[in-house]
Amino acid sequence: MEIAAALKKALVLSLTLLVLGLSAQVSAQVDTFQFDTDEQQQRFRRLSDELRCPMCQNTNLTGSSGGTAEDLRREIHRMIMEGMTDQDIEQFMFDRYGDFIFYRPRLRAETVLLWFGPLIFLIIGGFVAYRIFRRARTLGEKPITLDESEQERLRALLGNKQKP
Amino acid sequence: MTRLKFFLPVILFMGLALLLWRGLYLDPKELPSVLIDKPMPAFALTTVDDESVSNADLPEQIFLLNVWGSYCLPCLIEHPTLMRLSEEGEIPVVGVNYRDEQDLALDWLDENGNPFAFSILDELGRFGIDLGVYGAPETYLVDAEGVIRYRHVSVLDETVWAQDFLPAIAELRAESGR
Repeated sequence: MEIAAALKKALVLSLTLLVLGLSAQVSAQVDTFQFDTDEQQQRFRRLSDELRCPMCQNTNLTGSSGGTAEDLRREIHRMIMEGMTDQDIEQFMFDRYGDFIFYRPRLRAETVLLWFGPLIFLIIGGFVAYRIFRRARTLGEKPITLDESEQERLRALLGNKQKP
Repeated sequence: MTRLKFFLPVILFMGLALLLWRGLYLDPKELPSVLIDKPMPAFALTTVDDESVSNADLPEQIFLLNVWGSYCLPCLIEHPTLMRLSEEGEIPVVGVNYRDEQDLALDWLDENGNPFAFSILDELGRFGIDLGVYGAPETYLVDAEGVIRYRHVSVLDETVWAQDFLPAIAELRAESGR
């Protein structure tokens, strides 16, 4: 009986340690920033979700464990706590990293094609499709009439099969 | 006219294919720097040797600003080139010791040699952010007025030096008439 109790105790202890160890590992990736209000925290989340990590491309600042991303998150926190607006912070990032830092690039002369390119292709495609459909319909509506020579040619093409 | 209309889709397709084909060979890591033609960001920091430095201490001629760290393996690859440039007096090299630890940085310089006029200590990467750095190694070409004129991301070896930097420097010299 005593052995069973000791085993049980050891099992509980090792499980507890395992869970503690795992949770410590999980939280190791997350920075612990302190905010005064929930609103500040939400702004931090939104900004680091929408800004791209310049080092490890295709990850946002939230999802990146890279050094530069860590620094940028710290800077965002600092700027929020200093009372800067989201626009100020985005401008700060833009002045240093350019359009690349935004997952949603600003509308500028350099990014017009990026924003409206797909729309332009859609319009061209729509226009071509409209022309094709319109032509098909007018062709379908018009009764087909053949003149003498065309009748002749048709008969020749159809050939002997027409003859009884 | 009808002929043109007939071939138009083919021409459009070839144009698009050519564009995308070219895109395949662009390096997505090579981002344009926003700081080109802008003055170097203001700084008042210390060097890895604990001496205070600011913009006033920068060389008053064309120089290289090289972002490095003791953890950075590619920095070792470009190190001989930087050593040669600085030893032969071809161009002054200023270092930015980016996100490193001071002890490790000093050891690294001891062990491998120091090509830098001085190395700005940037342990927290704060100055790196002002420069728009996203990882060592990066090298900036700065003109005599302290304006950033060119940036190269990743290793600066002899090939890159000859192909990219020498023409850029020649252009700068021609511009300033020296």
